[in-house]
Amino acid sequence: MTVLTLSKALNEGLRKAMESDPKVLIMGEDVGKLGGVFRVTDGLQKDFGEDRVIDTPLAESGIVGTAIGLALRGYRPVCEIQFDGFVFPAFDQIVSQLAKMRYRSLGKVRLPVVVRIPFGGGIGAVEHHSESPEVMFVHTGGLRVVACGDPADGYAMIQQAIACDDPVIFFEPKRRYWDRTEVDLPGGLATALPLDRSRTLLPGTDVTVLCYGPMVRTCLEAAAAAREDGTSIEVIDLRSLAPLDAEAIYESVRRTGRCVVVHEAPVTAGLGAEIAARVSQECFYHLEAPVLRVGGFSTPYPPARMEEHYLPDLDRVLDAVDRSLAY
Amino acid sequence: MAVKVAGRAASRSHDQPPGPATAPDLIQLLTPEGERTYHPDYPLELTTEEVKSLYRDLVLVRRIDFEAIALQRQGELGIWASLLGQEAAQVGSGRALGPRDMAFPTYREHGVAWCRGLDPARLLELFRGVSHGGWDPREHNFHLYTIVIGAQTLHATGYAMGIQRDGALGEDGEAVIVYFGDGATSQGDVNEAFIWASVTNAPIVFFCQNNQWAISEPLDRQSRIPLYHRARGFGFPGLRVDGNDVFACLAVTRKAMQAAREGQGPTLIEAYTYRMGAHTTTDDPTRYRLSAELESWKLKDPIERVKQYLIRSGLARDDFFAAVTAEADEVGTRVRTACLEMPDPDPLAIFDHVYAEPNAPLERERAQLAAYLSSFADEEPAPAGPEARP
Repeated sequence: MTVLTLSKALNEGLRKAMESDPKVLIMGEDVGKLGGVFRVTDGLQKDFGEDRVIDTPLAESGIVGTAIGLALRGYRPVCEIQFDGFVFPAFDQIVSQLAKMRYRSLGKVRLPVVVRIPFGGGIGAVEHHSESPEVMFVHTGGLRVVACGDPADGYAMIQQAIACDDPVIFFEPKRRYWDRTEVDLPGGLATALPLDRSRTLLPGTDVTVLCYGPMVRTCLEAAAAAREDGTSIEVIDLRSLAPLDAEAIYESVRRTGRCVVVHEAPVTAGLGAEIAARVSQECFYHLEAPVLRVGGFSTPYPPARMEEHYLPDLDRVLDAVDRSLAY
Repeated sequence: MAVKVAGRAASRSHDQPPGPATAPDLIQLLTPEGERTYHPDYPLELTTEEVKSLYRDLVLVRRIDFEAIALQRQGELGIWASLLGQEAAQVGSGRALGPRDMAFPTYREHGVAWCRGLDPARLLELFRGVSHGGWDPREHNFHLYTIVIGAQTLHATGYAMGIQRDGALGEDGEAVIVYFGDGATSQGDVNEAFIWASVTNAPIVFFCQNNQWAISEPLDRQSRIPLYHRARGFGFPGLRVDGNDVFACLAVTRKAMQAAREGQGPTLIEAYTYRMGAHTTTDDPTRYRLSAELESWKLKDPIERVKQYLIRSGLARDDFFAAVTAEADEVGTRVRTACLEMPDPDPLAIFDHVYAEPNAPLERERAQLAAYLSSFADEEPAPAGPEARP
């Protein structure tokens, strides 16, 4: 086991994918010599050349649109969108082209394209650098949407996403890029948890807390604090947002009878809303309380000096857990 | 308001207007009257058989188009986008492609589809609503129709970048042609594709059919300069060809494709033509354009000039033209029959081909619809009548 930051773990995962398949390409703004603004592609252009690690023009639609063309030619492009708020110029290419071309071709075309997006707030950034647009892609049939929560998962999941024959929107929690955990570098993908499965990070008996991306650490910290008060929280990292690992969610909620969903994205029509509807339908007779949601407000992302009040933190998670237990 | 309009007009007088087609820079090898002309940069040697074959393609694609319009009028197609008037631009450029070249169409390239060997019935599937396309782009090196304006220019550019990475350039190499219209030149994607192709020196030909109208919007809503002039700002050559001249479209596209294959980078071809019909069968062009304009373009018909050339040169007689007409009727009948015999897809096919890999939630939805549909199984079947489908 090697201790790595999330940024370095993703970098190692990309490197391994590029070594094992010469068709894997990296495309994006500043991904070459600079190594990406978060250094996720650091050193890759030096080792794999400018034809495989492509510094692109500053045009997000162009990044995804040309990646589609390269995939049609047999390549497996990994696109980097520099920040979450910059994905919208590429929205048409992702939603109307990347997601739908396989369907349009009755399965004759496959588009193994990965779109990496650093997402979420908490880094004191200016506008458009702290957003959580994941459900806009979850809502689109034809896409797979995943979010990694720690370095070990980041390392395995990026390789699995690249190996996947479907387009994958790959969300990376940017404020967790410098978090460190042990990573099993020699470990093969054969033993890794499949990309469409959730992971129970902490077993518990009183409340099921569902989270992903940057909220994984927050929820684990909340669970540790709750344990001191005698509350047993089960923390599940969803990992795959589309498709949802629904059966694992139901199994947990049927045991605990309580469910709290935590994400940075606004709660209005967020992933928590979808989960609440499904859990209400599938676990109705097991529920001791309504499914509660902790998330961003239905506002644009606020200026940095206010973001601590916008972002769910340990206390807001515990507040929701308490409200659930109080029913 | 009047001041504003006057101001616009005054400033425009400093620019070259977007037209007209008689500009000296229009590349033409066959006049509307059917007279062969010559251009030093585009020598074109065609055998009699080749000219006849081009004529045949022009007539057949117009006939397919005519049949499709009729099918739409009879309720058999939801909509149809007619290529009427653009046959030469499509057949000329389509016939310039080698089998390994890749073509990326809009939704109006029925003539290019024909040249690539795609069964016209496949196009009707899309406009009937049986599928969104469904053909294999690799089978004829003809990509799926793209409905979003200009989006395919980026796919084509990426594909061309793949050709570079595959080392498939050279005299016998591969290149890409991408089709789009005058309206598309205002789209961000098209401009991004120009930039990407330019800075990567991608083997691609941008083939713009300027048919003068983007539904109801004339060219001056898109550009104050001739469209082919745009290329210069992006750093590659642009030229304007008589889009109703199949010889010129063939010669110009051949040369640009060969340059692309040999690593000389992109070319923008503006095929100056006219959309003789409506934008689609839902459109009514009488609301926004004058019939005099249409009449003037009828005199530049892309098929008639080839016919006149064949007659004047003594290359073909009545029996040839009669045979082509008869073949066109056969093709029309075949297309009609294929359309009428097309079965509606099974409702559960809604869920097919969304993902390459297994997707549990989608399979649950498929099972739910199947169960719901089968819940009607006990009901009395509707009596079979003349309207019943097989």
